[in-house]
Amino acid sequence: MLNEVKGKVWTLGDDIDTDAIIPAKYLVTSDPKELSKHFMEYNDPELAKKIEKGDIIVAGKNFGSGSSREHAVITIKGLGISCIIAESFARIFFRNAINLGMPLIEAKIDVKNGDEITIDFEKSRIYYNDKSQEFTKYPKFLKNIIDEGGLINYVRDNQW
Amino acid sequence: MGKTAAEKIFSNKSGVDAYAGDYVVSSLDYIMVNDITGPIAVDAFNTIGKKPVKDKIVIIPDHFVPPKDINSAIQYKKVKDFAMDNDIDNFFDLGHGGVCHQVMMEKGFAAPGRLIAGADSHTNTYGALSSISVGIGSTEAGVIFATGKMWFKVPETIKINISGKLNKGVEGKDVALYVLSKTGHDGATYKCMEFSGSAIGDLEINERMTIANMTTEAGAKCSFFNTDSKTINYLKNRVRGDYNIISSDDDAKYESIINIDAEEIEPSVAIPNSPANVRPLSTVNVEIDQAYIGSCTNGRIEDIRKAAEILKNHTVNKKVRLMVVPASQEVYNQALSEGLINVIVQAGGYFSGTTCGACLGGYMGVLGPNEVCISSTNRNFIGRMGDKTSKVYLANPKVVAASAILGRIGSPEEI
Repeated sequence: MLNEVKGKVWTLGDDIDTDAIIPAKYLVTSDPKELSKHFMEYNDPELAKKIEKGDIIVAGKNFGSGSSREHAVITIKGLGISCIIAESFARIFFRNAINLGMPLIEAKIDVKNGDEITIDFEKSRIYYNDKSQEFTKYPKFLKNIIDEGGLINYVRDNQW
Repeated sequence: MGKTAAEKIFSNKSGVDAYAGDYVVSSLDYIMVNDITGPIAVDAFNTIGKKPVKDKIVIIPDHFVPPKDINSAIQYKKVKDFAMDNDIDNFFDLGHGGVCHQVMMEKGFAAPGRLIAGADSHTNTYGALSSISVGIGSTEAGVIFATGKMWFKVPETIKINISGKLNKGVEGKDVALYVLSKTGHDGATYKCMEFSGSAIGDLEINERMTIANMTTEAGAKCSFFNTDSKTINYLKNRVRGDYNIISSDDDAKYESIINIDAEEIEPSVAIPNSPANVRPLSTVNVEIDQAYIGSCTNGRIEDIRKAAEILKNHTVNKKVRLMVVPASQEVYNQALSEGLINVIVQAGGYFSGTTCGACLGGYMGVLGPNEVCISSTNRNFIGRMGDKTSKVYLANPKVVAASAILGRIGSPEEI
């Protein structure tokens, strides 16, 4: 797992649902490149073009609510997002992200679009705008899955 | 210490004495995927390199079936090929299946005490039959294909106790919306919602299924209803294998208890853009372009009977297209034999074969710019059923049928 992530922030609001992240009409493919073109396009058709590899999403509560579509995480991975920080995550989105090895952090931080922030996973701290904030570590069970790069690697290496 | 039903079922299936908050690796009774979530599950399964646990796998194409275009045909073919190549008995193709959750219940996969995972968020629905059933993603579904097991965090349980008698005209959908108005769109995230009380006991199984289905919209991991004579009656001639009736202990620890007096609940509408944005029907007066009855929420035979009863000897308003889409082939066949399809089409409604299509803005009823739909489905997010400027209002199927006649959202009492 990455020890440190540095990146530019894109802020999103509360209750961002999976239909907003990737509308159902695009679920005819699971190709990350194709899906990522349409990220949040109902809210901002230009957003996907503006996001660069390594950027970080900072959202409000209940991020990823709605459907079970793993395409939501695949879309965000396709953009090259390095980490998602949200006040809280919806349940299946959380599972999908863990299982695909996408780092998530549950925290509320006061940042705006374009801010550069640093996440130190080792110390469980986020550094932003001359401030820093601790976040809760993953339970060991989940950390093991993320450290292996996702569920597939984890079950290959561990007997269930 | 006593246990909730969810804690008991996760303990039974994981072989450890588990309580809320524990991480467990549990055996599943079944794993269900559809044509959208299945292809990614098949890819995940293929990378693991094991033989599939065939008896546990259920494949039900429903979202874009019959295929709407070449890409959806490719996805559908991928899950079909997987089923054929691996000799999966429980593959429900066009003409035999329907909307996945309806099929899981009517074909006897869901039953008391079982632990079922489905790669679709509305898998929560089988709580109506006293299963713990959990919506999951595709990669993990592929892992279950290979191992029969999955990791879970044992959920805390919120008990929703509805006492007294429901008012006339109030249906399962209205109960679901009322509860959502209390919990909000994320109030039950990660939790089990367990329903009890005399008003729940009075409700028929199909109404409980609607309530269980919409616990997803409160963020819940699963739902649970106790087994009673109505449950047993539904399972008769349907259930596969034995089942194990389980209920929460009297001294079980609940995360919270919500007490509701049934008389507080009135016919309701969820207005855009959240299923938890609930208003009394009497306060909503909106002109509509489309009325939709169908889906895993309210596309059962009882729902179609209600619609036909209202539509009989009436005509759908000329500004409105009414679409009635049964939740399964079995529901379709029953509607056909009861003459309900005749009633609906004679009123000017459109009756089609089973699919999820319109509910998620996929096809077969996509809304254009600024169009308004009253729908018996479960979600009204921005752009859910079509263009991002279109609007979806959620209500019970009687209200949808009445609105189709009126040309605006209104009550069956006005007909």
